[in-house]
Amino acid sequence: MRIGVLGLQGDYEEHIYLLKKAMGKKGVSGEVIPVKDRSVLRRLSGIVIPGGESTVIGRLIERSGMTEELREMISQGLPTLGTCAGAILMAKRVRDRVVGEVTQPLLSVMSIGVVRNAFGRQRESFETEVDVEGVGRIRAVFIRAPAIVEIWGNARSLSSIEAPDLGRISILAVEGNMIASAFHPEISGETALHEMFIDIIKK
Amino acid sequence: MSWVEATGYLERLRDLFYGLAEIRDTIKRERCIGSCGTVRVKIGFPTMFRNGVIMDVTNPEQAGIAEDAGAVGVMVLDKLPYDVRKSGGVARMADVKAIEDVMNSITIPVSAKCRIGHYMEAVILEEIGVDLIDESEVLTPADDQHHINKWIFKVPFVNGARDLPEALRRISEGASMIRTKGEAGTGNVAEAVRHMKAFNNDLRTLASRRDDEEFLRDYARSSKVSYELVKLVADLGRLPVINFAAGGIATPADAALMIWLGADGVFVGSGIFKSSDPRARAEAIVLATSRWDDPEAVVEAQRMVSEKSAMQGIDIKSLKPEELLQVRGSA
Repeated sequence: MRIGVLGLQGDYEEHIYLLKKAMGKKGVSGEVIPVKDRSVLRRLSGIVIPGGESTVIGRLIERSGMTEELREMISQGLPTLGTCAGAILMAKRVRDRVVGEVTQPLLSVMSIGVVRNAFGRQRESFETEVDVEGVGRIRAVFIRAPAIVEIWGNARSLSSIEAPDLGRISILAVEGNMIASAFHPEISGETALHEMFIDIIKK
Repeated sequence: MSWVEATGYLERLRDLFYGLAEIRDTIKRERCIGSCGTVRVKIGFPTMFRNGVIMDVTNPEQAGIAEDAGAVGVMVLDKLPYDVRKSGGVARMADVKAIEDVMNSITIPVSAKCRIGHYMEAVILEEIGVDLIDESEVLTPADDQHHINKWIFKVPFVNGARDLPEALRRISEGASMIRTKGEAGTGNVAEAVRHMKAFNNDLRTLASRRDDEEFLRDYARSSKVSYELVKLVADLGRLPVINFAAGGIATPADAALMIWLGADGVFVGSGIFKSSDPRARAEAIVLATSRWDDPEAVVEAQRMVSEKSAMQGIDIKSLKPEELLQVRGSA
């Protein structure tokens, strides 16, 4: 299998490291490559959209002429894992907690609505343990993280946490071959989501 | 007890401490969930900046231009480094109101500079909610002997360094991110190149002698940092935190050059808003920083700007030794 990690901006190196580790754990052979233009897209068995700034990654995807092709491939079932900024780019509805409506390029492939910077600024960024359906308890790092506030259609939530102003909100959602996470498993070094992702590719 | 068991023990100890930190935050009814401001949260944040550009701005209008161009963050200043250099006098933290106006107008992270060793300016910046604090030599140092103890803050800090020992001293004080000092406000990338190459030389030496304990101990002693930190860097073959290039970057090619030399991203100070084509230049530098390894993309970026619009720049050789900003706070 050949997994691509969108390498235009963000913590793609951490994802590459963790994917290799997860592959080793699963006993799967394959390669993990950074993706910066269209040339390799069609040869991928799955793609990871890393954490970073969603505004920046979205604009760079557009400038690299990948938006349409990527959107089409993901809609047609290319396994996709998005963390933080990645989840924002996958969502069909996006708002910002302070600024409100945002105008930024998105892939808009998943039936979820997210609020950017939902927990606050970097000062309010945190780590904690969360229960993930089918995985168990893992350590999750939230960095200026979004919250998944709406889920419809075939999408469903796999994990949620209690937030002071927001109530019980989802932080991990799946739909078909897509996984969207509000937190960074690549920063806490948890391979669980990457293993789940590899299982989806193997299916 | 074998080494493996010892690690397990240390990890359980760490989990216990994180657990205690969480309980402390719950009791103190902090604004956050779980535990805030842990080392992992502070060092994890700058990794989101990788292959990105942080731009110096002085008002919300410039911040808007930076966000639209694809900056991963902005740095709010009272005056751009070029103007700091021209105006002389004491350079201090930007106005609280100016910083708050920028924070309320954009969605990307907002950084601000405090003076070296000025603990109270840092407290103020943390309190108003700045995402990253730059303890910067561009402002007039408040303490020429010591830097701020950055471990006690929940907000991550970035510090400038001219070589690896200086970077390691800042990391041992709690810096979560490092940048080259370069020579700010000159539009001349030469000093940033010199500093990045100094990092690389030492990193290569450390990596090749990672098992030479005596050498690593000597290096730690002369750098005035712990052996454990030096050993960690030798094993990693890079800094254990994100390292950006800064100081004098003015064109897309400058930015791509710095990433090619091993920087994780770039700060652009006067380069954008002291040029006469800030919008196009900001966008071009973002493109060149992201796609630095693709000559076609760098050409496309370079085509977006004109050398006639670039900031004039200052030759470092024409500066008097006392006019150099990079020598400040290197203890």
